[in-house]
Parts: sequence; structure tokens; C-alpha cells
Amino acid sequence: MTNEQLNSGNPRVDIEYRRKKNAEEMKHQVISFALMIFLTLVAFVAVAYEGFSGWFIVPFILILAVVQVIFQLYYFMHMSNEGHEAPKLFMYSGMVVGFVTIICYMTIIWW
Amino acid sequence: MHAEEKMTLEKWPASPEKQTLEGKNKFVGFWLFLGGETVLFASLFATYLALKDSVPNSDMPLAKDLFEIPLVFTMTMILLTSSLTSVYAMYHMKNFNFKKMQLWLVITVLLGLSFLGLEIYEFNHYVHEFGHTFTSSAFSSAFYTLVGFHGAHVAFGLAWILALVIRNNKRGLNLYNAPKFYIASLYWHFIDVVWVFIFTVVYLMGMVG
Amino acid sequence: MSTIAQKRGFGAVLWEYLTTVDHKKIAHLYLFAGGFFFILGGIEAMIIRIQLIKPNNDFVSAGLFNEMLTMHGTTMIFLAAMPLLLGFMNAIMPLQIGARDVAFPFLNSLGFWLFFFGGVFLNLSWFLGGAPDAGWTSYASLSLASEGHGIDFYVLGLQISGFGTLMGGINFLVTIINMRAPGMTYMRMPLFTWTTFVASSLILFAFPPLTVSIFMMMFDRLFGSNFFDASMGGNTIIWEHFFWIFGHPEVYILILPAFGIFSEIFAVFSRKRLFGYSSMVFATVLIGFLGFMVWAHHMFTTGLGPIANAIFAVATMAIAVPTGIKIFNWLFTLWGGSIKFTTPMLWGIGFIPSFLMGGVTGVMLGAAAADYQYHDTYFVVAHFHYVIVGGVVFSLFAATHYYWPKMFGTMLNEFLGKITFVLFFIGFHLTFFIQHFLGLWGMPRRIFTYLPGQGLDTGNFVSTIGAFLMAAGVIVILINIIMTSVKNEKVGNDPWGDGRTLEWAISSPPPFYNFKQLPLVRGLDAYWIEKMEGKKGMIPAEPLGDVHMPNNSFVPFVISLGLFIAAFGVMYQADEGNTWGIPVIILGLAITFGSMLARSLRDDHGYHIHKEDLMDDNDKGVKA
Repeated sequence: MTNEQLNSGNPRVDIEYRRKKNAEEMKHQVISFALMIFLTLVAFVAVAYEGFSGWFIVPFILILAVVQVIFQLYYFMHMSNEGHEAPKLFMYSGMVVGFVTIICYMTIIWW
Repeated sequence: MHAEEKMTLEKWPASPEKQTLEGKNKFVGFWLFLGGETVLFASLFATYLALKDSVPNSDMPLAKDLFEIPLVFTMTMILLTSSLTSVYAMYHMKNFNFKKMQLWLVITVLLGLSFLGLEIYEFNHYVHEFGHTFTSSAFSSAFYTLVGFHGAHVAFGLAWILALVIRNNKRGLNLYNAPKFYIASLYWHFIDVVWVFIFTVVYLMGMVG
Repeated sequence: MSTIAQKRGFGAVLWEYLTTVDHKKIAHLYLFAGGFFFILGGIEAMIIRIQLIKPNNDFVSAGLFNEMLTMHGTTMIFLAAMPLLLGFMNAIMPLQIGARDVAFPFLNSLGFWLFFFGGVFLNLSWFLGGAPDAGWTSYASLSLASEGHGIDFYVLGLQISGFGTLMGGINFLVTIINMRAPGMTYMRMPLFTWTTFVASSLILFAFPPLTVSIFMMMFDRLFGSNFFDASMGGNTIIWEHFFWIFGHPEVYILILPAFGIFSEIFAVFSRKRLFGYSSMVFATVLIGFLGFMVWAHHMFTTGLGPIANAIFAVATMAIAVPTGIKIFNWLFTLWGGSIKFTTPMLWGIGFIPSFLMGGVTGVMLGAAAADYQYHDTYFVVAHFHYVIVGGVVFSLFAATHYYWPKMFGTMLNEFLGKITFVLFFIGFHLTFFIQHFLGLWGMPRRIFTYLPGQGLDTGNFVSTIGAFLMAAGVIVILINIIMTSVKNEKVGNDPWGDGRTLEWAISSPPPFYNFKQLPLVRGLDAYWIEKMEGKKGMIPAEPLGDVHMPNNSFVPFVISLGLFIAAFGVMYQADEGNTWGIPVIILGLAITFGSMLARSLRDDHGYHIHKEDLMDDNDKGVKA
């Protein structure tokens, strides 16, 4: 099994380097978490505020949900990292199948 | 590198979850399973949308009568935060900091438990205040099935993470259990992904009408 | 744990099979269990045909006839065709990609036992108050009205076996993604492996909708929910949609591996490379993709509206394009080849025209306007038997003859094999060809009898005679299997002499670790390439080293048994005055989750076969 360790020959240096990298990644995670919380707030406020019509709110909060899910998948679940080709293929295929199902149930089940 | 090897900080690799063949298999296999789960929840959403507000007589409560912002907002915040805490746990796993990883996982479990508690309170509230039971209408059946499936996933995830925390408490981190922790955290994030759509499609869109 | 043991007692063998995690042994289990259910479904088919041999027949009552046809369809699809294909996938696919095992040996075994207990549960309905009787599609309004517990057996049995199939699908996918031998790129994978891959993806995405709809049916029937009850705001069409969102990919789950098997057979016995390999792969993937966009063609007459009908009609006909690509590629593979008419090849030659006819009637049915005429007549029955029997069952017979030596180390008798083919092939066309016309003459499907003098008498009589010929064919293959097993003449690595893919490079049956050293793959038809260069076997890709193997486990059996027990509780707790239902559910689930927990609490690292032990049985393993 190949070891993906970054090797400088000195384990201590490697660990320090990786620690820094992990800490940096964690910082990005916290930022995306803050953004997710913000998007959630916007969605709730849009609904709580009575001035908008449903025709605006529904697509708007759906877009917010999609953006938030992209954050979850790509940052929290690391789908942006390398070695995620199979996960991407199957997640997207699943989404396509699911999307077709939902569209069908909203359009041709009408009686 | 053998899975059962005793680990030290020096030997700990950058992606401990993918060092062994078993780990790689678990990783891909679990993602595929999540692809299937996507379809499963999409099917439940489709049913809910088809049967939303479909009740046999007009006295029965509809979505806009039932849902209230404060409760849903609290539940959402709790679950989103638990997603971040499990990210912290994985961060400490990568740094080979077992104690901190365990601590963050326990926090995740506690947050999950409070979410579940609120959900039980919520269902109870609908049943007793509105007579909105599982059997009262097609709408109620679809609602409880969709949200209940999610709740069952939360409950299963809690049991899973808790079992991992307890079983490995004495063992410490190694390449055998690192993939187990990793996929449990993937599962937890997926639960959050589903909840994002539930609070948007079921609750917020329900309140809009 | 050793599989090199010679003579062992019956108990030891039984225990080995109950606990095995070896994909080759699990393949045997699938083959025997699937074969058993195939016979069962066949007997049900014979009863249907005997009832219909003459007008006003009273061989079985109308109610029993409904149960027969429901169980025939359900058994054949879920408990015979799919497990048999999963069996061949298990036996062959890991060998074809040069893997020592599947990705999840434990899950593999769990998948089998879930399927098995689900199948047993479903069939116990015969003895516990009557089988399901709403057709294999079990449309909601009808099945909600069905009395007794028949439909509950259907729902719970399929739910349990569906979990097993889903696990099998994920397992195969990960095996193919992660465990290919060095040099085995995606575009060097044999076509059976490719079709396994695509069929497994279809399993992954098609079974969740079935799971959901079965849960809804279960809730409606046993827990008082209202998904399909129009008087409570429910909608019966939801079940139909879910059933076919699952059901249409399901038929591709069956037919794609069949395509794969025949692609192997045509190449080997034409002694030519498969014509248009990359277009075959492309067509397979395309069929898999389109398979999810066409389900509503089963529902044209429910009144979806002209736009929906038109979209689904066009999408349906589009599938004829990749399928046509395949048919022509097979013909071009045969063309100019030095053909050997072995039994598997005969099935292949018989398959092309038979399946093609099923495909053509499929396009006819796909024309939405015309479908209003064909819908729910024997024309439909003829159509799907031409694709399922002419495609899938033919491939299962072909694969049984073709892979028997690889799975059991001995060749089935070729003469008897050809007799099976002739009997079954003639019987098949005799049974189903006339049913096209019966349908066009107005005979509705699922009808338990008909009146004399309506022009249906002769057609039905001919059809039943054909069914008897098919039954005779099946009996001959059973005799063949018994005779061959008793004689048990051992054969070498490549008994057909023209094997092209990796499975023929190792002994028959393969050692339990498959490959002593992982082979180096240098192109499509890896073994053929080495043979053409005068080499005896594959070039090893690694030095001889310790081989890591998983431990046997009895836990999968116990997990499945727990769900089996819980299912009885779920079913009977809905009866009035029942007190033991809920405790039985708790007991069953406790067994299932308890054994899952018990397994996960202890470390299971498997074991290693040491290098020295591998060198000892040099003559048994790969000469690599």
C-alpha cells in the first residue's frame, strides 16, 4: 500500500507542516460554517418577514438550500479533495435520479 | 502498513482513513451508499410534495397552521452546529489527538440528542394540540414518514458514533478504526444535508403556503 | 480454517457454507437457492398453463390462480433471476478483474442471507393463510383491498431481500472501483464485469424507491397510514410510479448481465475479439442511464396526459438505439469467426433472434397510442417473456454450462446440454409466440379462465404444450447436473480451450485466495494476449508474499434471522387482539442490532496465509 505521507526525512518537520495545513483547513471549515449559518438566517428571515410574495421566497430559499448543501458536501465532507471521483459520480447520479422523481411527482401526479 | 499496528504520532499518515485497502473500500462504499440514500430521501420528498396539504376534510390542520419558526430554527441551529463539531473531531483525528477527537464526538452526540429531544417534543405537540397523527390524513402520513425517517437516521447515527467512542476508548487511534470514525462523520454530515432540505422544503415552504 | 481439506463430514461442510465469506462459495449458495426458487416459480408457471389449457377449466380456483400468477412473477424476478445473476457475478467478476476477494466479504454473505430469509418468508405465505394475490406489481388499490396476510408477506419478504440486493450492488461496485489488478484499466475490463458494474449502479439507485414504497405499503396495511387511500387524501398512483421507477431499471438489472454473459460467450466461441468493445461499453452505460427515464411507459393508460406520454414514449424508443448497437456488435463478432457450436454458444445463437423479437414488441408497446390497444393483454405477457426468458433465462442456462467448470471444476455433459437447448428453445417459442396473437385477439392477462368458442382455445392449448417442453428441458439440465456431479471428472484451467479473460488463467475451481500473485494485465482479453505470445499463464505483478484473508462469520446469518423473526411480529401485531406481535418485533430487532453491535465491538483483522504455505501447493495455485 502506498503511503501518501509527505516526506522530508524528518518526521518532526513533516508533522509540523501537516499540523499547519490541517489548522488552515480547519479555518476554512469554520468560515464555511459561518456562511452556512448566515444563509440559514437569511432563509428564515425571508420567510418570517411578511412583505415578500411566495413566488419570490420559494425559489430564493431553495437556492439558499442548494448553496448550503454544496458547502456541506464540498467542504465538510471533503468532496473537493482529490480521490473523490467515484463519490462525485454516484452522488450526482443519485441527485439526477432523485430530481427526476421529484419533478415527476410535482407535475404528473395531479388527480 | 498493517491495520492492527500500534500507532505513534510520527507514523500517523496524512489521510489515515485511506491507508489500508479496507479503509479505501469503506470510504468508496459508504459514499455510494450515500448516493443511494439521496434517492431514498428524494423519494420521500417527492411523496411529501405530492401529498402536501392533502387532507380528507377541511377542519384538519395544514402545513401553514402547524409549523412555527422558533422551534424549527432552534433545531436547525443545533444540527448545523453538530456538523461543525464532527468536523472538529475529524480535524483532531488527522492530528492524532485521540482525546480531543473523543471529546468533540461526545459533544456531537449531545447536540444530536437535544435535536432528537426537540423533534419528539414537536411531534408530541402536533399530536396533542392539532390532532395531527400518523393516521389522520395522507398529508400527516407523508409528513411523519419523511421527517421520521430523518429522525430515525439521527437516532441510528447517535448510536453508531456512541458505539465507536466507547469501543475505542481503550484502544486509541489506529488505521483499523480511523476509517470507521471517518465514515461515521460522513454519515452525520449527510444527515445535516437532508435536514437542510427538510427545513427549507417542509417547514419554510410550508409556512409560506 | 482451511479449504484444502479433502473429505469432511456433512456438518462441517454445512457449517462452512453457513459462515463462509468467500465469494466463490457465496456464488454456490446463490446458485442453489436461486435454482430452487427457479424450480418453484416454474412449477407455479406450469399450474398457470395447465389451468389455461382448455376453456372453463377448474384445475385451480380463481383465487388460487391469482396467488399462483403473483408468486410466479415475484419469485422469478426477485428470487430466481436476480439471485442467479448475482451468483454468477460473485463467482466470476472478481476473477475477471484479478481480485483476491470482493471489497466487503462480510456484507456479501449478509446480502445472501437477507435475500434467502426474505425469499423463505415470502414463500411461507403458502402455508400461513394464503399467498399474495395482487400481481407482482401489487398495485395499491387492489393490494390494500386484499384480505388476509398475503400482501404483508410480499411486502416484508421483498423488503428483507431488497436490503440484501442493495448490499450486493454496493459490494460489486466497490470491488470494481478499488480492486482491479495492476494494468486492469476500466477500458480493459471484460464486458461481463462492465455489465455487472452498470447493473450494480442501477441496483443502488433503483432499490431505494422500492424500499420507500414498500415501507408506505406496509404502513398503510399494518399501521393505519393513508398514502394510497384516496378517501383520506392519499393517491394510489404514487405506488405505481414508485414501483416502476424501481421496476423498469430492475429489468435492465436483469438483462445487462445477460448481455455481458453472451458477449463473453460470443467472443470465446467465435475465437475473435469482441467486435466494437468500446461501443459495447458505451451502449451498456447508455442503457443504464436511459433506464431511469422511461418508467412511465408502464402507465400510459393511467392518464398521465399527452405531454408526459409523448416524452416517455420517445425516451422508450431511444433505448432501441444502444440495444441495436449491441445486437449488431454480436453479429459482427460472429461474422468471420471460427465458430464452435458448444452448448453456451447455441444459447447465444438462440438468444439473438429471440431477444430481438422481444425488443421489437417493446418498441411497439412504447408507442403510447398503440399501447392503449395492447395494454393488459397477452401481447404484453408475450413481450416481457420474450425479453426475460429469451434474454435473461437463456443467458442463465448459457452461463450455467459455460461457467460450471470454473465454479465446480467439472464440465456439464455437452450432449445433454444440447438436448436441453433444443427442448427449451422450441418450447419457449411454442409457448410465447402464440401469446402475441392471443393478446391481439383480445385475451386479457391475469385471467383465470375463458369461454369456449372465442377463438382462444387452440392458441392456449399450443401455449401449454410449449410450457411442458420447457419443463422437460429443465428436467434434462437437472439430470445433467446430477450426472456430472457424480462422475466429477476434474478439468484444467481453461476447459473450453479458448478462454480469453483472467478467470481462465487460474485453476478450476480457483484456490480460495484466487491469485497467488496478482496478475499483470497488458490489454483487453488479458489471458488471450499471454497465450498468443506462447506463455502458459499470466505475468505476476508482485513478488510472492503473504495473502490477507477475512475470517468466516456466522453473524450474517444471525442478523438476517433477526429481521426474519421481526417480520412475523410486524405482520401479526396488526391483527385484532394480538398481544405477542410487539414483543416479537423487539426480540427480532434485538437479535439483529445486537449481533451487529457484537460484531463491531471486537476487532476482526482476518488472517494471513504465509508465503511458505503458498509455495507448498504450487501445483494447485496459479503458475504465475
